[in-house]
Amino acid sequence: MDNNGKTNLNPSEAAIYSQPTRLTGAETVWATMVGEGVRDVFGYPGGAILPVYDALRKFPIRHILVRHEQGAAHMADGYARASGRVGVAIATSGPGATNLVTGIATAMLDSIPMVCVTGQVSSKVLGTDAFQEIDITGITLPITKHNYLVNRTEDIAPALREAFRIAKSGRPGPVLVDITKDAQQNSAIFDFAAAAPAPYRPHPMLSADSVAIREALELLRTAKRPVILAGQGILHSRAMEQVRTLAERAQIPVACTLLGLTAFPASHPLNLGMMGMHGESWVNHAIQQADLLIACGMRFDDRVTGSLSTYAQNAKKIHIEIDPAEINKNVRVDVALVGDLKEILETMLPRMPKRDGAAWLRTISTMKGSAAVHDIQQLPDNGHLYAAHVINDIWRETGGEAIIVTDVGQHQMWEAQYYKHEQPRSLVTSGGLGTMGFALPAAIGAKVACPDKEVWVVAGDGGFQMTSAELSTIVQEQLKINIAIVNNGYLGMVRQWQEAFYEKNYECTPLISPDFVKLADAHGIRGAHVNRRAEVIPTVREARQHGKVFLIDFHVEQEDSVYPMIPPGAALHEMIRRPKPSPLVETATEI
Amino acid sequence: MLHTFVALVEDKTGLLSRVTSLFRRLNVNITSLTVGGTETAGVSRTTIVAEAAEDRAPRIMASLYKLEGVLEVDNVGRHSAVVRELALLKIAASQKTRSDLFQLAEVFRARIVDLAPESLMMEITGSASKIEGLVQILLEGNYRILEMARSGRMAMRRGHHTSRVLEALGDIPQRTEPTTLTGDPKHETLDLMAEEDQV
Repeated sequence: MDNNGKTNLNPSEAAIYSQPTRLTGAETVWATMVGEGVRDVFGYPGGAILPVYDALRKFPIRHILVRHEQGAAHMADGYARASGRVGVAIATSGPGATNLVTGIATAMLDSIPMVCVTGQVSSKVLGTDAFQEIDITGITLPITKHNYLVNRTEDIAPALREAFRIAKSGRPGPVLVDITKDAQQNSAIFDFAAAAPAPYRPHPMLSADSVAIREALELLRTAKRPVILAGQGILHSRAMEQVRTLAERAQIPVACTLLGLTAFPASHPLNLGMMGMHGESWVNHAIQQADLLIACGMRFDDRVTGSLSTYAQNAKKIHIEIDPAEINKNVRVDVALVGDLKEILETMLPRMPKRDGAAWLRTISTMKGSAAVHDIQQLPDNGHLYAAHVINDIWRETGGEAIIVTDVGQHQMWEAQYYKHEQPRSLVTSGGLGTMGFALPAAIGAKVACPDKEVWVVAGDGGFQMTSAELSTIVQEQLKINIAIVNNGYLGMVRQWQEAFYEKNYECTPLISPDFVKLADAHGIRGAHVNRRAEVIPTVREARQHGKVFLIDFHVEQEDSVYPMIPPGAALHEMIRRPKPSPLVETATEI
Repeated sequence: MLHTFVALVEDKTGLLSRVTSLFRRLNVNITSLTVGGTETAGVSRTTIVAEAAEDRAPRIMASLYKLEGVLEVDNVGRHSAVVRELALLKIAASQKTRSDLFQLAEVFRARIVDLAPESLMMEITGSASKIEGLVQILLEGNYRILEMARSGRMAMRRGHHTSRVLEALGDIPQRTEPTTLTGDPKHETLDLMAEEDQV
């Protein structure tokens, strides 16, 4: 190893992958990423990562300069959610690294494959509280699948390659690689092939033996009222076809988790919609009345079960899941098939008996009422602008084909209820951690990952302000993104809880915002205010036709609430229904 | 209930904090933890005793396995196993009281490993209850325990059990499930009698 930090790397040569070559640590970072198939990274430079930035121009990688490192992490996350590829975020040491933390935790809770690279102070001063030194591997230990502190140049490629393997294998998740400045500056022999990680070792407690599969098939054969619970694991396992075949062959209705919404086409006749706290009544009633639940790649989160003691009491449960630590965590199951969902379903499907599910589907259909009354488009315009109308109109105009990236709160639930997703990975949303400020940066990531797709941000006025600095990133990167702000002047979901459970004590939830259209204008972004229902569709059309980023500030009803709603601690069927009379009619009987 | 997990982990910086951090995250208190070498270079053996409801053990094991560098996890509490702890006790003792302590040590198969004018040091190996028994007798006899150090539990399954992982790493004999013999209560008694130290 020499310390002059200089090599004769010729970037146009792929030779560095076919023969061992001397590279600096900084060059090794990029060379390894290129070798791993990385094309885009999101980052922010700083002292301890400067060598890496200095070497960037030699490599065919697009770097998106963010305005805050939290944005970099959310962009890498949105990139991964929209494309299924590993997202990459880069930051410097100290505050750069700590700013990533919320984004890493967001990815961890939702099992998103992501690699974060952070600079670290030189190994000589590690542990001395040097300028911008922070123990980021210690900080991120519980919110990463794994992390590394690399302080030798020759360890960079093996650590990074293993990081990519860990991020995307099994149950995916974020991995952080912290590299000291001297390791970036020194040079070592780069041997991409020799740096290959040990092969992926499946979790030793996976088990889907023939006995368990036979039991599952037997439960499926005898079930009268089965429901499939579709989670994000279907997307991770790429088992959309298999789940669909299972549903169709056995005529089983499908209820989706928030992150599983795009795993099954919304227009499919067997799709019931979203389950849980803000799921439609017939979905939750179907689960409560079921005699068999087939949980596919979901984890019985408290937001989908309601009170556990009353959850689906009459149902046997089959849990198909890749993470053994999820089995019997919240809900005790009768048959656990622990492994890759796609493989397990492929084993089961040939032996799957045909069932007649007509009676059960009829029962659910009766609960659901006539489809026409759910069509909020048909309702007369009473002069008010409801968020649900906004979402519904965006859905109509985009044909359900756009990638919608939401923030967290009321608008997120309305999106889940009123935008009917047809394409896998077309909803990017923070489920587990519920991170406000997620939407705008995650949308940037989604657009970079899928430049040919239409991308919409749907955010509230509160969450949008948390990361609105990334508007500049959109302009600098010339990305065509449509931004819909659902502006009700409140931290809406918190206000809704104050209304329901804190006697309307609206403490600290009314919120002053800037004029978002003027804010857009300051960034050179075109925008428009929408106050009336009749303006929604023309403005959405204008945004879509505009060649550049476009922002719409929708001034919606201020004290509108998301219904149905399961109060905390209540059973899944004990929903607070939509108040009557409601412009958003729920069932035929309630007109 | 108390669970005893044995985890074979890669001997790497930070791995122990990953293991302990996991228990903290799961809100499970570790009552004792020992770490040391194994028959394989680069592999450490940790014995973790933790207080948790009985049905939480599978999830704790599954979560341990999810940590990179954790090679194998065993819940030895569910099997017939030899469980040992080492304790060092420094007891105030004058010339007069010494001989009584020597007798006590003999009964408990403890050893006197240090003798000073005002104190002596006892070393005892055995199950936690045996150590606690000695401590209780000492206290009841109005002896002053000046210092006590306990190692925490170590555990090893009885019979010809061998780690699957270590098997794969080297040519260690094939794994066999413990035979019924090892579960024999007589065996337990025998072991208790034969726990005198060789050194």
